[in-house]
Amino acid sequence: MAKKLYKGNEAVAEAAIQAGCRYFFGYPITPQNEIPEYMARRMPKVGGTFLQAESEVAAINMVYGAGGSGARVMTSSSSPGVSLKQEGISYIAGAEVPCVIVNMVRGGPGLGSIQPAQSDYFQATKGGGHGDYHLVVYAPGGIQEAVDLTMKAFDTADLYRMPVMILGDGMIGQMMEPAEIPEDYQPIVTDKSWATTGGGRRVINSLYIQPDELERVNLRLQKKYALIKEKETMYDEYLTEDAELIFAAYGTTARICQSAINMLRADGVKAGLIRPITLWPFPDAPFAAAAARDGVKKFLTVEMSCGQMIEDVKLSVGGRKEVAFYGRTGGMIPMPRDVYHYALSVMR
Amino acid sequence: MKQELIIAGFGGQGVLLMGKLLAYAGMNEGKEVSWLPSYGPEMRGGTANCSVIVSDEPVAAPIVQEASAVIVMNRPSLDTFEKNVVPGGLLLVNSSLIDVKATRDDIRVYYVPVNDIAAQVGNPRTANIVMLGAFVALTGIVTPEEVLTALRHTFGPAKEHLMPVNEKALAAGAAAVAP
Repeated sequence: MAKKLYKGNEAVAEAAIQAGCRYFFGYPITPQNEIPEYMARRMPKVGGTFLQAESEVAAINMVYGAGGSGARVMTSSSSPGVSLKQEGISYIAGAEVPCVIVNMVRGGPGLGSIQPAQSDYFQATKGGGHGDYHLVVYAPGGIQEAVDLTMKAFDTADLYRMPVMILGDGMIGQMMEPAEIPEDYQPIVTDKSWATTGGGRRVINSLYIQPDELERVNLRLQKKYALIKEKETMYDEYLTEDAELIFAAYGTTARICQSAINMLRADGVKAGLIRPITLWPFPDAPFAAAAARDGVKKFLTVEMSCGQMIEDVKLSVGGRKEVAFYGRTGGMIPMPRDVYHYALSVMR
Repeated sequence: MKQELIIAGFGGQGVLLMGKLLAYAGMNEGKEVSWLPSYGPEMRGGTANCSVIVSDEPVAAPIVQEASAVIVMNRPSLDTFEKNVVPGGLLLVNSSLIDVKATRDDIRVYYVPVNDIAAQVGNPRTANIVMLGAFVALTGIVTPEEVLTALRHTFGPAKEHLMPVNEKALAAGAAAVAP
């Protein structure tokens, strides 16, 4: 199949449909509007349902219902909208219902700006809602990866019965790149005998009023999370083998760092990049391994935020090496040349 | 070969389309491409721009700051983006709407009256295609044929009747910068 030129938002929407998503509930917000727009056009043609809800809160609860009946379902929004969904996401995690949530992050806090940002890392990875829960969080670095991870997200959600998030930034949503969306994708088949389909009495709920019972549920969830950490952690490395300076960055920012690394290498500075693809579970191992290498002098985390992922990088590095930080925020984008200059100052 | 390009102008001048056509043509020639639009609050009646990369190598950062070429379709875009051209790089100026000269002397500047040429060609709305013709002729980053294929794909069958005038516009742009 030939590659086509896709806008990130449209690629994510089509990938979801090819992965068997037949229900979409959402509410408009920039910079992810092309997702509901595409779903509105496309869902009726594949026998699916698109519904623009009256609010983000309503949309996520519709997702809860559709997921609870065993359907593949998705919602998408951007930062302020995803904040509104947090109560529902916590319920869905507690009730162990599979679904996919897309956040094309914009500048915050509050209504913020509509420009690209990565300042929802804490919210996505540390439990934006209440309770001891996690989402698997995928952070695509380009449009093809956004396609691949969206399709995988539905499988992961079904496999572990949990909400999975695609965390992009405004650039991932708005940019166009060639990508291939497989049309012969075979979704994994899981036992959905838990689903409330009308056949017999089944209950989907996140209320466990007896504390000992809730503790057992939580411990079971933690076991599941440990298994996910073991099996589902994903990352990519770029020129780390001989690197003295290791960048840590995800999403579009990782690509900006790649450009900076190419400039640094042209000047003889040995730089490389570890790019987490799953933000939760966070890939500790490659950072710990790099920190243990004598050749590695320093780490430099680059984010479109005031410094959020850096906390996980520091935990993984375990104090063995210095971890520096460069960030732009509010919707400002770090430019390769600025990252290059900052990296030089760090290595001086 | 690699072009890292900024295209800028008023909303409505077709600058985003110019970038998409280049990306599409580059993809069809087997090159690595990316297209990143501005989508800020300034869009209505204000300026629009996009970063386009067409390269033989995989694209790292999709946003262009140090541009091998800049196309400006209106005066505010010249003021904003002239500084982004790398030394020795290319600046294409729509001299139908921009009545000042570029200030730099370390770049190659071409003044192309694309609105006037488009009117002569027979459709004022093809000004962006005239400019694209000039850019493609100067850089050879993609072939004019692939640009036309991209345009035909964008138009679809309903607008096939617009192809001949656009083909003329593309050729007229190339002629305007011919040595």
